[in-house]
Amino acid sequence: MNTTNELRKNIKSLIAEKKVDLFLGWEKGSLPLAATPLFVTAEDQADKAIFDVTCGNNLSIYFTKDKKQFEGRKVGIAVKGCDARSVVLNILEKQIKRENVVIVGLPCNGVLDRKKVLAKTDGREVLELIDNGDTVIVKGNGFDLQLNREEVLSSSCLACIYPDAQEYDFFIGEARGEVPNEGRLKEIEEFQTLSSLERWEQTRAEYEKCIRCYACRNVCPSCYCNVCFVDQNDPRWIGGTSEYTDTLIFHVIRNLHVAGRCVECGACQRACPMDINLLMLNRKVAMEVKDRFGDIAGLDINGKPAMSDFKEDEKQKFIMG
Amino acid sequence: MNKEFSPRITSFLCKWCSYTGADLAGTSRLQYSTSIIPLQVMCSSRVDPVFLLKAYLSGSDGVLLGGCHPGDCHYETGNYHTRRRFALVKEVFDSLGLESERLKLSWISASEGPKFARVANEYTEEIRKLGENPTRKSIFL
Repeated sequence: MNTTNELRKNIKSLIAEKKVDLFLGWEKGSLPLAATPLFVTAEDQADKAIFDVTCGNNLSIYFTKDKKQFEGRKVGIAVKGCDARSVVLNILEKQIKRENVVIVGLPCNGVLDRKKVLAKTDGREVLELIDNGDTVIVKGNGFDLQLNREEVLSSSCLACIYPDAQEYDFFIGEARGEVPNEGRLKEIEEFQTLSSLERWEQTRAEYEKCIRCYACRNVCPSCYCNVCFVDQNDPRWIGGTSEYTDTLIFHVIRNLHVAGRCVECGACQRACPMDINLLMLNRKVAMEVKDRFGDIAGLDINGKPAMSDFKEDEKQKFIMG
Repeated sequence: MNKEFSPRITSFLCKWCSYTGADLAGTSRLQYSTSIIPLQVMCSSRVDPVFLLKAYLSGSDGVLLGGCHPGDCHYETGNYHTRRRFALVKEVFDSLGLESERLKLSWISASEGPKFARVANEYTEEIRKLGENPTRKSIFL
């Protein structure tokens, strides 16, 4: 609650001192498991702002997907660790200017995955949620469950290394520092030890579930092409069905398009209605980018995104002749 | 009598080096594999990963990407970007259990007609050993 109060105070002073015209934060949602994005333009609206375990939305997507709204305006934004990395990436990719953004960093303890909570309640509707730190209490009609925090956190948060904003103008609360999270790559490492046929089968089982709703693309802060390759009709790269051939192209290419730009915020996986493990391939590619090119997306505001940078003497064993 | 398997290799060749190299191989009357289907692109970095995957899933037995040698790019840095991108495409193919051996990148300059012919022949031979692209056998995977 302290963080929330601090955040409100901060927003008020930013608006009062005319440092920002608009502030992006979260407010309590109409459903208990998800906060709603909040746009603050006047001081009295700041009291609606909250910050807790339900604030999963990565607000930086407004910078790229609703660009016109921000032209010539000063914007404040509340960010978790991963959101801060997206904002940095947006700045590096010249979607918004650094001097036009005021970044308010928050210490993040992870966000909820709605689907994990609903699995625990057997799909019964949750009417109230209380965050007690280590445990989360969910209440509904005829049930009252105490859940371990780790059971219901988004899988991206369980593997998070940078929970604090790395780039900020103001930081509220106590920073958590870098979390080593040594087990974060365990899933990938296990997957890599399988034979190629087993990997193919598993990939297939995963991506066959896709219904091509494009929720993952729409929530992704790194996906903002004017015309996405899946929507292109001439030339048409991908068929219109949800057959495996088409879903495979969609997911693999989306992954490669966000390669070196994915901040692993997990928004795609939380948004997926079919519960596809989207993060695994993302993490695999991020790992590869780090190993090969030594770059972690969105950490260094003076750097360059890995895929628009190069070194002249990179290893090129795979090249023929 | 069994007809020898003749693979189809979709080749994206950059206009300034590899395609001209292929031209040189032709005008020098060098014999090279007829499996190569050349497609001209303005730069090897024009080739989006979707081209490679689409070619593979549409039944190409092999996909060859040809560009200028590092440092020789007509647009100065295009092929460096290709190199990074291609490394990732290969890695993703590998990790999903697709056959990354069916993707090849080669640097061929405009003066390297003989090299183009050699790469074409060697690659065709490699693909012949691998056999037909499994996605050719069915409409859907």
